[in-house]
Amino acid sequence: MFQAFLIKYGEIGVKGKNRYVFEDALVARMKQVLSGVDGTFRITKEQGRIYVEAEGAFDYEETISALQRVFGIVGICPVVLAEDQGFEALSEDVLAYMHRMYEGVTDTFKVHTRRANKRYPMDSMEVNAELGGRILEEFPGLTVDVHKPGILLHIELRSQICIYSEVIPGPGGMPLGTNGRSILLLSGGIDSPVAGYMVAKRGVYIDAVYFHAPPYTSERAKEKVVELAKKVARYTGDIRLHVINFTDIQMYIYDQCPKDELTIIMRRYMMRIAQQIAEDTGCLALITGESIGQVASQTVPSLAATNDVCRLPVFRPLIAFDKEDIVTIAKKIDTYETSILPYEDCCTTFVAKHPVTKPQVERIRWSEKALAGKIDEMVKEALETKEVIQV
Amino acid sequence: MDAYLDNSATTRCLECVTEKMVHVMRTDYGNPSSLHKKGVEAEHYIKEAKAFFAENLKVQEKELYFTSGGTESNNLAVMGAALANQRAGKHLITTAIEHPSVLNVMKYLETCGFRVTYLPVDKNGIVSLDALRDAVSQETILLSVMYVNNEIGSVQPIKEIAQTVRMQNPRVLFHVDAIQAYGKYRIYPKKEGIDLLSVSGHKIHGPKGIGLLYVSEKAKIRPILFGGEQQKGIRSGTENVPGTAGIAEAAKECYRDLEEKTDRMYRLKEKLITGAERLDGVTVNGRTGRDSAPHIVSLSFAGVRSEVLLHALEEKGIYVSAGSACSSNKPSVSQTLQGIGLEKGLLGSTLRFSLSFETTEEEIAYCLEGLKEVLPMLRKYVRR
Repeated sequence: MFQAFLIKYGEIGVKGKNRYVFEDALVARMKQVLSGVDGTFRITKEQGRIYVEAEGAFDYEETISALQRVFGIVGICPVVLAEDQGFEALSEDVLAYMHRMYEGVTDTFKVHTRRANKRYPMDSMEVNAELGGRILEEFPGLTVDVHKPGILLHIELRSQICIYSEVIPGPGGMPLGTNGRSILLLSGGIDSPVAGYMVAKRGVYIDAVYFHAPPYTSERAKEKVVELAKKVARYTGDIRLHVINFTDIQMYIYDQCPKDELTIIMRRYMMRIAQQIAEDTGCLALITGESIGQVASQTVPSLAATNDVCRLPVFRPLIAFDKEDIVTIAKKIDTYETSILPYEDCCTTFVAKHPVTKPQVERIRWSEKALAGKIDEMVKEALETKEVIQV
Repeated sequence: MDAYLDNSATTRCLECVTEKMVHVMRTDYGNPSSLHKKGVEAEHYIKEAKAFFAENLKVQEKELYFTSGGTESNNLAVMGAALANQRAGKHLITTAIEHPSVLNVMKYLETCGFRVTYLPVDKNGIVSLDALRDAVSQETILLSVMYVNNEIGSVQPIKEIAQTVRMQNPRVLFHVDAIQAYGKYRIYPKKEGIDLLSVSGHKIHGPKGIGLLYVSEKAKIRPILFGGEQQKGIRSGTENVPGTAGIAEAAKECYRDLEEKTDRMYRLKEKLITGAERLDGVTVNGRTGRDSAPHIVSLSFAGVRSEVLLHALEEKGIYVSAGSACSSNKPSVSQTLQGIGLEKGLLGSTLRFSLSFETTEEEIAYCLEGLKEVLPMLRKYVRR
């Protein structure tokens, strides 16, 4: 029954003179996701509102689910749009709407009118009262409750009239591309895709880097990461996935450094490499899925030791999350099932039986001196031979 | 250079097979059930295939059914026989090392009120005739045993098994999963006392998606697929004509000079085993020589994770299979390796190398070279 949607957006509304930048980014992203949906859509901006109108037949469910992946959207309201042909015509449209939506329903309701068209002959209170009265007459199951109505019927009087009562929640956040670009350290696990999603939700474009260590990690492990990147890209738009062959570096560290510091030193090199890619590709920050205390390499001293090599800011959106909360989001964004596929990432392959949990930065720096001979050359080669997959 | 040593997973389609299939798909593409000429032409391929397999197995044409592959053949045999004969009893017997396409049907039948005995095997993966004798009762309706085990290549004494069972209860139906054996052995169900026999196309250089089930005319089975009543209602569904033509063509090729082919495989297998045994920390699982299948070698590599070794070999173009898919997230340990009582530490360190008549001397040498190179390196970088 619906041919149009009113899009509600939150924080963009307060962005002052830059508002159009945010709105344009939102519209651009909406166009992008709707291009993958059956149907032809027209998106219009009008007085702080965005409307999506479908021309002809379209897939309603798909449209909603596509819009629910657009960061910046707070609510999606399926609306009936009508030309202003006087109050009687409006009243008929409203009653028809109520019949279709709430026939036989027992509930409370309230009419809420916004009179954006200041030349409308009745004021909003009058419209509320008059429409409310007619609805009461026609629907014996409905009673008025102006404080906590079960059904909140919105009437917006604009150049055309807009009727809706349903608000489907959107993901919130900020439109993509309004906050630059950052690089995500993507493993095959549960956390990093969620971290990428969360930062992207604040309007940040995402690049990703994956550390591949054949033969210790298989081709399937890499495919799993590509799959995860694709799933995240449904929300974040296209992702450039940089695949670094990390085997030689990992082996060299294994040969030269204390075993219990292996993971920390490895992670420091991952950060260094990610940072280099970031600087080469115009990314302004790093993103990781780290969460305090989850594993030995994510204790606060370990995080500090890892962070020691970073010049760029490191975003760790999951830092204070419990695992269950991360899993909840992973399930919501549909990365969980892929994440739990049983292919190893390179961190677990060589992990020591008793890795350090309280590394001291000074000591780690000292241990790394043993790498000085070759490591810079190896890092350089890893960067030069990286594979870039456009997801 | 490449060395494809995963022929028990699947084989490369022979050129004569693909040629024939392309011809069927492009020229003689009719539906065998159609009344017109195109249908008759297509039916001709089915008849031809049946005639070949009837001769090859020394059975009657009417005892042969084409399925979608090994899994369906096994499912149809076990499920179909259990359902059709449940009034005579509800007891089934199988072994602990069967393929999942038998074991999981058994497990399902257990939820439907059947009782299943899983016979243990010895360290060579051979089923004990004594245990079998004890297991058979008047309630027993079906025994299912694989001819050649897919993981370690052990060969069951099929004839003795049949005799042992029949001595206790002559009514028991005997199903043999011959998916790894067909194409390597001459199998004559009637002489060996087999009532049901499963064969798969893609393990013998034929196409995927086609299998064969022999059902003795004395054995009663029920269909598990329902539809247009093709193949006497036992296996509904339009016949896979290209697949059927393909599997027959492949089988023909496998059995041409069979003894020469198996001799060659035994020789190469021997070479692989001798070469591997010269390396440190390698053990062979199951029997070797003529007591085992000509094409399957199971090796355990102490101190090396099978998955890592597999990928290291893969980098050199050597393709093998992990005896057990073992990983940190989801340890799934091989039933067969557990069944033969393999030492726990080796369960995750075992690989299967499987040959075919296409395997060359060079491939085996290259594989040994690869192992020699990779193993010390991998052992150096272990988790400490």
